[in-house]
Amino acid sequence: MAAELHVELVAADRSVWSGEATLVVARTTSGDIGVMPGHQPLLGVLESGPVTIRTSDGGIVVAAVHGGFISFADNKLSLLAEIAELSDEIDVQRAERAFERAKSEADASAERRADVRLRAVAAR
Amino acid sequence: MGAQLRVYKRRIKSVTATKKITKAMEMIAASRVVKAQRKVAASTPYATELTRAVTAVGTGSNTKHPLTTEAETATRAAVLLLTSDRGLAGAFNSNAIKAAEQLTARLEAEGKEVDSYIVGRRGVAHYNFRERTIAKQWSGFTDQPEYADAKTVAGPLIEAIEKDTAEGGVDELHIVYTEFVSMMTQTAVDSRLLPLSLETVTSAAAAAGAEESAKKDEILPLYDFEPSAEDVLDALLPRYVESRIYNALLQSAASKHAATRRAMKSATDNAGDLINNLSRLANAARQAEITQEISEIVGGASALADATAGSDK
Repeated sequence: MAAELHVELVAADRSVWSGEATLVVARTTSGDIGVMPGHQPLLGVLESGPVTIRTSDGGIVVAAVHGGFISFADNKLSLLAEIAELSDEIDVQRAERAFERAKSEADASAERRADVRLRAVAAR
Repeated sequence: MGAQLRVYKRRIKSVTATKKITKAMEMIAASRVVKAQRKVAASTPYATELTRAVTAVGTGSNTKHPLTTEAETATRAAVLLLTSDRGLAGAFNSNAIKAAEQLTARLEAEGKEVDSYIVGRRGVAHYNFRERTIAKQWSGFTDQPEYADAKTVAGPLIEAIEKDTAEGGVDELHIVYTEFVSMMTQTAVDSRLLPLSLETVTSAAAAAGAEESAKKDEILPLYDFEPSAEDVLDALLPRYVESRIYNALLQSAASKHAATRRAMKSATDNAGDLINNLSRLANAARQAEITQEISEIVGGASALADATAGSDK
């Protein structure tokens, strides 16, 4: 049996995704970090960015995560985010519109949020 | 129709109309309780994971943080009281307010100044009527709170606790809300959010789920912090406070709807009883009227017969 780790991706108001994975890549404030089974216990602060989960059956799950935490211990990985969306939940047209609007209004945080969404979709 | 009967009929009509309204409110509240309960359940995984992380940092590092260290002499405390915007919920609001007042009295007895932060129009009205100062107030979302609402509430509170006491900051943060125990039982509780003590974190974890309480004694591993323990704690604690406030808001909302449902159910039952009694009275009044009419007719007829018999002679 290939080594696996259990992933829980939870947003403030719901559980977004959970399952077994072989690799999780997330962006912390000090750079991208990849977590594989057997990693040292870790607790980090996440930046807005796409999180890539390689599931144990070979598929890839991408989620847009806006701030939050990553914590790993005992082969259990928790991704906590105030807002988290799976890439197939994201409405691309809406995100594009939000991106344009944020750009014209010079709303940096909204622009970054929309950008993260679009990148999550692109990475799918 | 006699005057008495008309009065009863009118009252029955108005009580029936009121009963329809309370019945509808009961049903609306019942459906909202379920929705609110579902939201509480949906927010539990986040709260549980966050609590685990806080416990991990708290035990796994010797970092000192203003949010975890107790002031040697606490002089000011903030009390956050969660009430609802609307009444018609039995003793729901008065219980929460009473709990807040007891807590305030206790803190004042300990020599602390108390700042009141209030959510919900009912609590605000209560304090305004007694001309007490409110540090900050929010309303408009108590029926269906969102995470963003918890953030707006948590923001000024975290700001106040990070400020120095001399500049108007506070040393402690307490929260008073109504815990949703079951459909029939909701209790007003108060708890200290900050400064954080690890026992309260573990008991919060125990409250968050039975599974978690079973694992309460597990030994937490030594974590690697990214970027550093201080930064993680800095980012983690405000989220922790937000998530606790969010949870309290959701429980409060669920409790309010349950209390409304119960109050409206007894109002509907009482209206039913009232209608029964009034219909009995109305029936008696109608019967009395008929009896009176018959005796009047009989009396009139016999008087007429007497008169004609007299004139024949």
